[in-house]
Parts: sequence; structure tokens; C-alpha cells
Amino acid sequence: MHAGELTLPAIIALSLTTGFGAVTLGRLGLAAGRPRGVAFGAGALAGFVGPLLFMVPLGFCTFGPEAVTADTLLGYGLMAAGAGLLLRLGWTFLDPVAARARAEAADTTTHGVFKGHPFLPWLLLAPTLIILALFLYWPAGRTLTLSTRLVRLGAPGQVERCVTNFTELVGPSRPGLAFTVMMITLGLFVAGSSLSRRADAAMQRLGGYLSSAGVASVLLLLSLLWTASYQRVYLVTLIISAGTVIIGLALSIGIAYLAYQPIRGAGIYRTFLIWPYAISPPIAGLIFFVMFDPSNGIIEHWLGSLFGIDLPNYRQNAQLAQAVVIIASVWKTLGYNLLFYIAGLQTVPGDQLEAAQLDGANSWQRFRYVVIPALSPITFFLIVTNLTYAFFDTFGTIDYLTAGGPAGQTSVAMYEIYRVAIPGRDLGRGAAQSLILFLGVVALTIWQFRSTGKRVSYGS
Amino acid sequence: MATDTTPLTSPTGIRSVPSARSAPKRPLLGHRKSRADRWPTHLALGVVCFIVAFPLLYAMIVATQGNTEFFANQITPGNRLGDNFQVVWRDRNLGGYLWNSTIQAVIITVGKTITALLCGLAFVHLRFPFKGPIFWLVLVTLMMPTEISILALFQIVAGLGWANSMLGLTIPFLASATGAFLFRQHFANLPSDLSEAAQLDGAKPLQFLFRILLPLSWNVIGALAVIQFLYSWNMYLWPLLIISEQSEQVVQIGLGTLRNTGGGQSYGPLMLGAVIASIPPTLVFIGLQKQFLSGFSINAEK
Repeated sequence: MHAGELTLPAIIALSLTTGFGAVTLGRLGLAAGRPRGVAFGAGALAGFVGPLLFMVPLGFCTFGPEAVTADTLLGYGLMAAGAGLLLRLGWTFLDPVAARARAEAADTTTHGVFKGHPFLPWLLLAPTLIILALFLYWPAGRTLTLSTRLVRLGAPGQVERCVTNFTELVGPSRPGLAFTVMMITLGLFVAGSSLSRRADAAMQRLGGYLSSAGVASVLLLLSLLWTASYQRVYLVTLIISAGTVIIGLALSIGIAYLAYQPIRGAGIYRTFLIWPYAISPPIAGLIFFVMFDPSNGIIEHWLGSLFGIDLPNYRQNAQLAQAVVIIASVWKTLGYNLLFYIAGLQTVPGDQLEAAQLDGANSWQRFRYVVIPALSPITFFLIVTNLTYAFFDTFGTIDYLTAGGPAGQTSVAMYEIYRVAIPGRDLGRGAAQSLILFLGVVALTIWQFRSTGKRVSYGS
Repeated sequence: MATDTTPLTSPTGIRSVPSARSAPKRPLLGHRKSRADRWPTHLALGVVCFIVAFPLLYAMIVATQGNTEFFANQITPGNRLGDNFQVVWRDRNLGGYLWNSTIQAVIITVGKTITALLCGLAFVHLRFPFKGPIFWLVLVTLMMPTEISILALFQIVAGLGWANSMLGLTIPFLASATGAFLFRQHFANLPSDLSEAAQLDGAKPLQFLFRILLPLSWNVIGALAVIQFLYSWNMYLWPLLIISEQSEQVVQIGLGTLRNTGGGQSYGPLMLGAVIASIPPTLVFIGLQKQFLSGFSINAEK
């Protein structure tokens, strides 16, 4: 591939990761009762092979003669990430507790086994495995290769361009500010976690607030990590996703509570409320395209004649355009959210409500202090699915409603990938942006896995 | 498209809570049941329902109007339904798009259900080497939405010569990690006596699947079918990439031809198209609503 070479900085970095791997995994392994040789050997191997996962396909081009500082920095980052990844993987294999848990988990679902059919399982799995390999794993690998090249849509030639597609996206325009925010973030988390361990309830609450501020600070920090050109995409994605999830879930939980009241005709009300679930996101885009029509739309007309509000043209006004996309997405996801919330309301513990009622809590207080906490596992699940919706399914809505405009102000990450790769004909850049979005999805999934283990129970 | 990633963490219990329709007999969650307390609830619900249903009702009204009525912001039905239908059905051939969408959605829904059923059987009722890693390989794909590598997928499928064909629209989506996971959970929750009794009777694994497991799985199949049907019916980016011939196009993209009909926008045909394109998923949803709701019943934390 690229004509890079194994220069001195690369060799030093590689020895560092190898040493680090041997020490960390070695100590963890020893503590878990593994033989010294196995623990240290596995650590060194992981620390050595991890960075090569990225560097061999890249041909060490980030350390080559043409590489600029940003490339080299990204190269170090990739090496560290690769080492970290394999060390984490190595730890799950060395950790005896995890190994036992895995063995048990593998056993719980297998029962009533049919014996004497050695080939049948492979035959049964073949369709799924072949399709997943051909149309999911292969494209994923190919996206990686694409992202390191200059590939024009429809043109046969390809040029290696190392990590340039990425350094165009990642690279703080103001490193000093980014560093300061990073320090503040760290401070917030440290202070937050130490305060929340105090016995004092007020201090605990303060610690909780500080930790929440830390999360917000992480989002701010991320926005500073992008180059100026990709920052807009990040912010637009953040605004539209956060708007859809927060407004959507707040409305859904309230409406679900209302629709759950035991009154006559509840079924009819619910049918109307869940209806938008069956509507496609692009069609939601078309309907809102007509309703918010800048010159003749019904919304513009009503706001004007009833309230005297002169609505600006959403196809030219960035804030309004984002708001309309959010409203359309909230409307579209409402039915799905209500399905889960209404089902969830049936599981709210009756004795707690009774106790609250005896204590003189009114309807709102029971909603706020009993119902909302009881629904939190479902809320968490819905946050994840709604975020996924905002990342990917808003595409059709946006394409019909605003086509990413005005000036890219409603072009969320997925829409930007399309704009760069298809109308812009730059598949390499599109692939690089896809991988950035993929990292977002992976982060979301890890968060989800860690939290669901604690908070949501799978079916009976 | 990414709706395919949902049910991994959906707290999916199979036969637990009753469906939302037959639900609330418990007065505690609501107000005390006095008549004075009820009419505000009716009023609030009525207003909310009106707001939520308004976009769809409005689309239906505009679908009957010509541009004159639309420009006058009239909110009563017009008399141009026939003309609009003429434009949508004859001039723009919406029927052709609908047909393509329907075929695509049916193939994907049926195909995914079958491959997922087979996976569930293999993972629960058969033993084979590398079972853990293979299940993991299937499970990890939940984290890999098609959209992430859609550019490379486009290159690969176009390279196979499947552009502008039903093959390109369906084959890449015939495997479902969601479904495999769902059926694995469901079969694992069924008592193992079933399989042992079937084996004593000399049943083969596939006979067991189709005679015993299938009749016990209609709720799960129904829930999965709704998700998968809507998933493929809602597809937008993929057909936009892989289909360039109008005669092979699906309805979501085909509707785009109604935007800006002949210079100025004709609003009536556009909304009529939107309404017609919403009929099939609405029918599927209503038809399978019961299965869907009970297949996806929720268990909260205990």
C-alpha cells in the first residue's frame, strides 16, 4: 500500500506500547492468578500487535516522509487505540471471572439438544452468515480501505492518501482551548465523583450536578476536536439529535400518562396517537414540507392570522429549519415511544402509588416522583433508539424537507456523508466520515451495554 | 433503516404483560374516578390527539384539493380528488412504485423471518463447535448499521451487476441479527420438554421447528414482521443509491417526482401520493397490532 516506512518514532512508539502492554496486562493477569509468563507474554503481544492492526494496512504512512504533524499525531493516536483495544480484549480472555461468566452465558440458552446432526447447524446458519459476511462485514472492511484513498464516484482510478481524509475532519483549530476544556472536564468528573461519595445528601446532589456538567463538557470538548469544516456537522447533528430525543421523550411520557388514564374510549385515543408510527420518515418530510410551505403553508397562515406571528422562511432560516426537522422527527417517533411508555405504565408498582396517595401526593407529584422513576429503564432504552433514529432515519425527512439546507444547517452527519460522497462524488471522504459516525454508534452501544446490565432486565 | 438495531436491548419478554389494549383496570395511576375529574382528561386527550393526527388529516384534505383551494388555506375537502388521482396514478405511475415497494418489503420480511427462525433453531437446539464466537459475530452486527458502510455496499452490489434490480434491493437485507436474537431468546424460554418429547417421537430438527416451534411463535413472528416490513418500506437512502431507473424505483423515492410537478408545485397530487404510500404500512400495522404489542411487552426492573 502506501510507501511509508518504519521510522524511528514509529519504532519507539511500538516499543512503548509493547512495554506498557506487558506491564499492565502482566500485573492484572498475575493478580488474577495466571502464570507470570502467560500474563506478561500476552500483554506484550497485545501491545505489539494492536498498533500494527492499523499501521500495517496503512504501511506506517503516518510516519513517512510526506506526513505532516497532524498525520503523525493521528498515527500515534491510532497506535494507542489499537493497543488499548487488544489489551482490553486480552483482559477479557485472561480474566477468570469473565471467562466463567461467558461459559455460563453460553450454556443458558442451549437445551433440548438434537444429537447426531453434525452438518445441520451449518446449513441452518449458512444463509445468515453468508449474507452478513458479504453485505455487512465485507463493506465494513472496504469502508476502511476507501477512507484512506482518494476515490471519485464513477472514476476507475484510486490514489492512496494515508490519513488525510481524517486529518481534514479531526484536528482542533484551537488546541489551547481544547486542552483547557479537557482539564475542566476532568476536574468536574473528579470533583463530582468524590463529592457523590460523601455522606451528606446535599453534597451528593452537588456531586451529581457536577458529573452532569462533566457530561455536557465532554460534548463541548468533542466539538472543539473537529476542524472548522466538520464542526458544523457535529453541532447540527448534536442539535437535531438532542432536540429530537429530549423534546420527543418529554412529550411522550406526558402523553402516555394522559392516555393511560382509565377513561372511556382510551383505545380510540391511543390508536390516533400511535398512528404516526406507521408513517415513513420521508413521507413525514413531505407532509411537513407542505404544512410549513413558506408562502402558502397552513402553519404560516394560522400563525399569522391567529397570533400575528410572521414566520420566517424555514428554507432560509437556519434555526427554524432545524426546528422544523426536529418537530417532524418528534412527530414521527411519538407513536413508537408511546407504545413503549404505555406498555411500561402497566408495570408501575401499584403499592408505591397507593402509598404516595395516602401520603397526600397529588396527581402531578405521583407522576413526578413515582411514575417517572419507575419508567426510567424504558426511558433509557428509548433514548438509545431515538438517538439511532436521529442519526440515521432522519435522512429521508431531511432530504424532502430541507435537503440539508440552508447552507448545510440541517445536514446531520449521515446526510453529510451522502452529500460528500454522491453529489460531491468523493467516496474516500464519505467513507472517512462514515467511520467517524461509526465511532459515535460504538460509543452509544458501549454506554447502552454497560447501563442495561444494571438497569433493564430482559424478559422473563 | 437503523430501526433494525432496536430490540437487542428492548427488554423483550415474550409471554408476560398483557397487551396495551386490554390493559388498565387499575384506577391508581389515574385520577380518582369522579365524573368531574374526567372531562378535563377527555378534553386534554382530544386536543393532543387532534394535534398528533393533524398532519395526516391535513394531508388527506389537501389530497382532495387543487392549488386554488390550497392557496386559500381552505381546510375542508375540495373536489379535485379524481384529477389528483389521475396525475398520481396515470401520469406519475405511482402504482408501479407501490408494486416495487410491496414486492421488496414482502421478500425482505419473509426472507428475514425464515433465516432468523433457522438461526434460532441452530443456536438453541443444536450443539456445534465455535458456537459462542459465531453467535458473537451475528450479535456484533447489531452495532453496525447498514448506513455506516453504505458507500462500500453500493460499490459491491453494483459490482455484482445488481443495480436497478430487485436482487439489489432485497438480497443484502435477508439476514437479521435482530431476528436471530429474538428467536433464540424465545426458543430458549420455551420448556425443553417440548424438544425432548419430539425427539422421543422421532422428529427431525426441521420437523420440530415447523410443527412445534412455529405454532408457538406467531406473536414473535408478528412483531418481527411489523418491524421488518416497516424497515424495508421506509428504506430511502439505499434505493436512492442503487436504483436509477424509474421503472424499478420504490415508492419513497418515486414520490419525489411529485415534488415540483411541472414548474410550480401541485400540492394536491403530492399529498395524495403521500397518503396512498402510507396505506400499506398502516394496514400491516393495524393487522398485526395485537401480535406486535404482545411480542414486545415490557418488563420493568424489579
